[in-house]
Amino acid sequence: MCLAVPGKIVEIYQKGGLRMGKVAFGGIFREACLDYIPEAKVNDYCVIHVGFAISLLSESEAQETLDLLKEISNLETELGAGTAS
Amino acid sequence: MKYVTEYRDAALIKGVIEEIRRTVTRPWTMMEICGGQTHAIVRHGLDQLLPSEIELVHGPGCPVCVTPLELIDKALVIAARPEVIFCSYGDMLRVPGSGRDLFSVKAQGGDVRVVYSPLDAVDIAQQNPDKQIVFFAIGFETTAPANVMSVLQAQRLGLKNYSILVSHVCVPPAIQAILSSPENRVQGFLLAGHVCAVMGYWEYPSLAKKFHVPMVVTGFEPLDIVQGILQTVQLLEANKLEVANAYSRVVTFEGNQPAQKTIQKVFMKCDRKWRGIGMIPMSGWCLRPEFDAFNAEKRFDVEAIQAEESPLCIAGQILQGLKKPHQCSAFGTICNPEHPLGATMVSSEGACAAYYQYGRMLTMEHVEDK
Repeated sequence: MCLAVPGKIVEIYQKGGLRMGKVAFGGIFREACLDYIPEAKVNDYCVIHVGFAISLLSESEAQETLDLLKEISNLETELGAGTAS
Repeated sequence: MKYVTEYRDAALIKGVIEEIRRTVTRPWTMMEICGGQTHAIVRHGLDQLLPSEIELVHGPGCPVCVTPLELIDKALVIAARPEVIFCSYGDMLRVPGSGRDLFSVKAQGGDVRVVYSPLDAVDIAQQNPDKQIVFFAIGFETTAPANVMSVLQAQRLGLKNYSILVSHVCVPPAIQAILSSPENRVQGFLLAGHVCAVMGYWEYPSLAKKFHVPMVVTGFEPLDIVQGILQTVQLLEANKLEVANAYSRVVTFEGNQPAQKTIQKVFMKCDRKWRGIGMIPMSGWCLRPEFDAFNAEKRFDVEAIQAEESPLCIAGQILQGLKKPHQCSAFGTICNPEHPLGATMVSSEGACAAYYQYGRMLTMEHVEDK
């Protein structure tokens, strides 16, 4: 139920008094309400839940986490190699 | 897909699990709050890859599961009315009330529609001025911004034929209830990432301190989940009673401020019954009195309906992490996804449904019997 999917904003417009956006999920486009992320711009990534953007994705935080986890995984390979030899 | 694919990288996941193995020195029991995470854990078999010291118990974070029986009964009464178009998220249609479910109301001629977003229900209200449109507003904090915006939008458009049947629940009071139980065995929590995307995690440090349990905000992809587990183990091993964030690409400490302000404008805290668990004080949200005109319970006079749960079902113990699905005598026999007895089998995100779907229902006795 609390599933939310990351998508890229490709267009922003007003509709019925709400700030709406066209959001791309891979090759699929859907309309979503962007009222809760007023700072969002076209090309930003956001997390969409039941037709509403609930959070703007932080590219720098995403990269930092991945780098950290890669470091942990490499550490594992090195330690594993050390044990084998 | 960006921000999805890289978090399903098998080599990285394996690396993080190895790090968990190196870090853990003794048994720990932790609970993932969110049903979406339970589903991901069982689907990807993460629970079976973890070192045996780590036990995951599955929490009550499935709004479909915990929506109280009487709310479903109220929905059924409203949906059966000839002037009503009843709109709902798809996963509520199969959930049985005391007797039938919304699908059977539809089969008997009720106008029951599945919508993707509550704004779709507002559109239906605009297009059908001679009908009453009722939206079944269930969910945790994640879904509240969407549900409250539908009310504000209906108000802005001057719609007199739109109302919502509210069954909103909040995570922190549920955690407090679990940790206050004398039978509690949970030592650490994976917090629900998308609840925290909306609410932030400022509500949790006081709980972590009060009950001496670390908590880690955790995402939904398999790499997110093992990272959340790793950080929880690190905090447990170091005896740090902190709240950490393993989902920082989506969640900030403060959360989504515009969303929180809008929720406060429309909803207020209230006591809420959780299916399978019972009443948890101030654990839900309901409409503020100034939005009474949009309150379906008042509009259709169903406030007095009461209901009783099946005595066979142990969903309450499962939702509090005291038992696992296969420890129930009804599991996979008289209780299955086609004919669920209670909370945790009714939704595909419920722990019993996840165990059933991914073949965790066969205990050794079952196998030997065959």
